[in-house]
Amino acid sequence: MPDFGFSIQSSQPIDLDKTYRAVYNFVKEKEPSIQRCIYCGACGATCTAANFSQMSLRKVNLLLLRGQIAEVRQLVEHCLLCGKCMLVCPRNVNTRKMILLIHQALKMPLS
Amino acid sequence: MSKIAIIGGGIAGMEAAIRLSALNFEVHLIEKSFILGGHVKNWHMLFPDLSSATQLVEQQKNQLRDSVNILLGIEVIRASYTNNKYTLYFSDGSSNTFDAIILTTGFKLFPAQRKEEYGYSIYSNVITSAELEEYFQTDKPLYTKEHRIAERIAFIHCVGSRDDKVGNRYCSKVCCVTAVKQAMETARRNPGAEIYLFYMDLRMFDRQFEDLYFQAQTQYGIRFIRGRLSEVSEKPDSRLFLKFEDTLLGKPLRLTTDMLVLMVGMEPAENTGQLARLFNVPVGNDKFLLPKNLHQYRNLTNQPGIFLAGCVSGPKTIGETLTDARSAALEVYNYLNRN
Repeated sequence: MPDFGFSIQSSQPIDLDKTYRAVYNFVKEKEPSIQRCIYCGACGATCTAANFSQMSLRKVNLLLLRGQIAEVRQLVEHCLLCGKCMLVCPRNVNTRKMILLIHQALKMPLS
Repeated sequence: MSKIAIIGGGIAGMEAAIRLSALNFEVHLIEKSFILGGHVKNWHMLFPDLSSATQLVEQQKNQLRDSVNILLGIEVIRASYTNNKYTLYFSDGSSNTFDAIILTTGFKLFPAQRKEEYGYSIYSNVITSAELEEYFQTDKPLYTKEHRIAERIAFIHCVGSRDDKVGNRYCSKVCCVTAVKQAMETARRNPGAEIYLFYMDLRMFDRQFEDLYFQAQTQYGIRFIRGRLSEVSEKPDSRLFLKFEDTLLGKPLRLTTDMLVLMVGMEPAENTGQLARLFNVPVGNDKFLLPKNLHQYRNLTNQPGIFLAGCVSGPKTIGETLTDARSAALEVYNYLNRN
């Protein structure tokens, strides 16, 4: 293939018509408290892993809802399961259970 | 002549008393403290027009006619209902019989100590919005407890509101715009200070609120950051170290400030549950009293002759509270003239 000197970017917009919600639904069914999130970011503020990575549970929840699974996979890898986010959450989301269920859904090993 | 008891001498109770005494009813205004005016008497100025709070309370006091029987330092301890009349037994041993009762006991401020991770009453430079409002009664700029001029001040929204951890899921409604108002006033007093507002949502729902927000951005350079404080710690120089997430950027955020202002929300006044039991009026999940419904019967309860006005039935602005009190007065009038 000839080199045209440019490449084509992959499509950036999130297409809600084609959103893959299976992982979100799996987690939601087993831990309905994830529906309570108001995306305030208290979890990300206190997150130990967030100091050295992009980790933020608020982001994870939102990405799950939008079906951005590849990014979810990258983020939850960094979680240390310390549970500080559970302490600060104003909506009492069971954050640790949420992380464990995502691992389960994505068949990720717990490191 | 019909007799009406109004329990609670804040702005709602006074407004209802003014209206009902103008209709020539015999009105008894019962207040457990020794001074009328409730919370509003402690405040500096009112959003959105920055008018004087003291003036509002004084005007109301002047309008209270001599015909209103004002009972200070008195609480209701018992009540009974017979022949469409309520007999109230008071803490001073007296009792009296009434045809209708308006409950106007209002709210209490969320005790910020319960949000321990925010450091109120642990770190000296953490104050509440109510304390700041009272401080504004002086003309002075904002000083830290070490008497340095505060150069960086952070306001934290939703302290004790929208928080299941402290049992208050509801929004206290007035703190958003109060924070904007107080931030602007702080900017006037401490020129050049960096002022941050940390919010979850900015609920600028009423007329001219959005204008205040606009002014805060454009004239005062207030910095609005969407994120919720997770914890506060104190540095050796007694400045405060705060941890947030900048939720719009998706990055953790750290900030050191001289002072922290907690926008404390509303909870039902101390005796609300007791009043609910006394008069058999239901409470909502938010523990405020429930009216008959939330649309056309906002001042009525499921009990005949028991009416609600002001924050006893949930957080309200001052404008809403006064309107609510006038509406309750009319409901009482209709009830007493029902035959």
